[in-house]
Amino acid sequence: MADSRRLSTDSRKPWLKRHRWLLLRRFNQLGVLFMFLLGPLFGAWLVTGNLSSSMTLDILPLTDPLLLTQSMLSGSWPATTGLIGAGLVLLFYALLGGRVFCSWVCPVNLVTDLAAWLRRRLGIRSSARLSRNLRWWLLGLVLLLPVLTGTMVWEYVNPVSMLHRGLIFGIGWAWLILAAVFLYDLLIVSRGWCGHLCPVGACYAAIGVAAPVHIAAPRRDQCDDCLDCFKVCPEPQVIKPALKGSALRSGGRHDPVIDSIDCTKCGRCIEVCDRDVFGLRLGWRGQDQQINSKLSEPTASLKQQGLQH
Amino acid sequence: MNRREFVLSSVRTAASVSLLGLGLSLYSRQASSLPAWALRPPGALPEADFQGACIRCGLCVRDCPFDMLHLARLGQNIPTGTPYFIAREAGCEMCEDIPCVAACPSNALDHSLTDINDADMGLAIISDQEACIAFQGLRCEVCFNICPIRGDAIRLEYRHSKRPGQQALFIPVVYAEHCTGCGKCEEACILEEAAIKVLPRHLIQGKLAQHDRLNSNGSL
Repeated sequence: MADSRRLSTDSRKPWLKRHRWLLLRRFNQLGVLFMFLLGPLFGAWLVTGNLSSSMTLDILPLTDPLLLTQSMLSGSWPATTGLIGAGLVLLFYALLGGRVFCSWVCPVNLVTDLAAWLRRRLGIRSSARLSRNLRWWLLGLVLLLPVLTGTMVWEYVNPVSMLHRGLIFGIGWAWLILAAVFLYDLLIVSRGWCGHLCPVGACYAAIGVAAPVHIAAPRRDQCDDCLDCFKVCPEPQVIKPALKGSALRSGGRHDPVIDSIDCTKCGRCIEVCDRDVFGLRLGWRGQDQQINSKLSEPTASLKQQGLQH
Repeated sequence: MNRREFVLSSVRTAASVSLLGLGLSLYSRQASSLPAWALRPPGALPEADFQGACIRCGLCVRDCPFDMLHLARLGQNIPTGTPYFIAREAGCEMCEDIPCVAACPSNALDHSLTDINDADMGLAIISDQEACIAFQGLRCEVCFNICPIRGDAIRLEYRHSKRPGQQALFIPVVYAEHCTGCGKCEEACILEEAAIKVLPRHLIQGKLAQHDRLNSNGSL
């Protein structure tokens, strides 16, 4: 492991194979954005609204559950389409894993992934220490403030909705907030926004707490400790228990399944691993907290499910 | 981490997050003030409730067939992401099926508004009688004619002219009971700066004290 900046250079895999999940993810992220932009840019109104709430083909409502919850906590009762839309989004991410939103849909991921990539390329090692639990505190704050003030306070600064709404309806000065997130991720805290602070991501993580889709390390005995997976992972703390099998408090061995709700299921660990340690696994969480499942092919259904969103 | 460290770090975090919350709340008080020239779409809840309910999705903006609604951008003096229109640029056309309200997922535009004539986006006022050419004896009548509730919300009232050689004045008078604040009058006013303006109702409308009222509709 000579150069910490680069991933293993002696990779036996072709480039495309090492980046297929990444390409799929970018395709999905930009595809979602493109669907929303079809209307404003070309007058083809397949989807209207934005990620806060949208209407597809005049029939499919989708609403961000966190936003609708804030709206309700401020003391108003939503319209039926809003409730149905939030229900559908809840169901979708409850099944697929909440933070799939973060890595496959959220536009801010493009910004923070760029910061993380640049951080690696420029060899910026220093990073301020910040608890990854801060996002839960912030989520609490985001939910508390509408109760106390009657206003959706978080929406005055929320980079997620600012960026998506901005790209579709005009961004104003909101790009400054995104620039701040980028610089903060690049220079101050590695994976600082998505991995430590974002309450939207925390909310989606909670939504996906029982999701049956997991990244797993079934061939962990093949691991040669090159650390590539840790370098690309936006939430590297989730890998260790599954890969090293040593995190169970009871002293028992941990299943080779990444069961942390922080995992965004971006699939980068699967593709960067030279020894194909990782794969996709389907299975509900059993009563013994183990994942009941059999291994499925790494290339399985995330692709289609992601694209459908 | 022992118990003492855990409590300490939790208190520290709670304190920081509370401070952040305080800052955000103070900022939001300022950021949520709506200028008088920006009007909300039909059916909008009272402004304070609207700020809590609206999820800033822009569906009302998209479903407006006349494209007269906008979503505020960061940096404008309007709460970011919320819908508004500027009467002078383009007023509300008062669609019978009120598509903007139907599109709203949060009820920030109240779905109980079913008759557009009951909408209350603001109230028109002849803000400058010296500039309005009707007061100078000219037959303009543009605001009267364009009013969607023609003859009720704006009426032309006959007055004698005090100027020699002039027969009569036909001056526009706004009736608050019927005016929905759609803004078409302000949009259409022929002057360079409109002499009739639409503003939030509470900035304009007078109200008798309760003990002065003789009947339930508030009139003497």
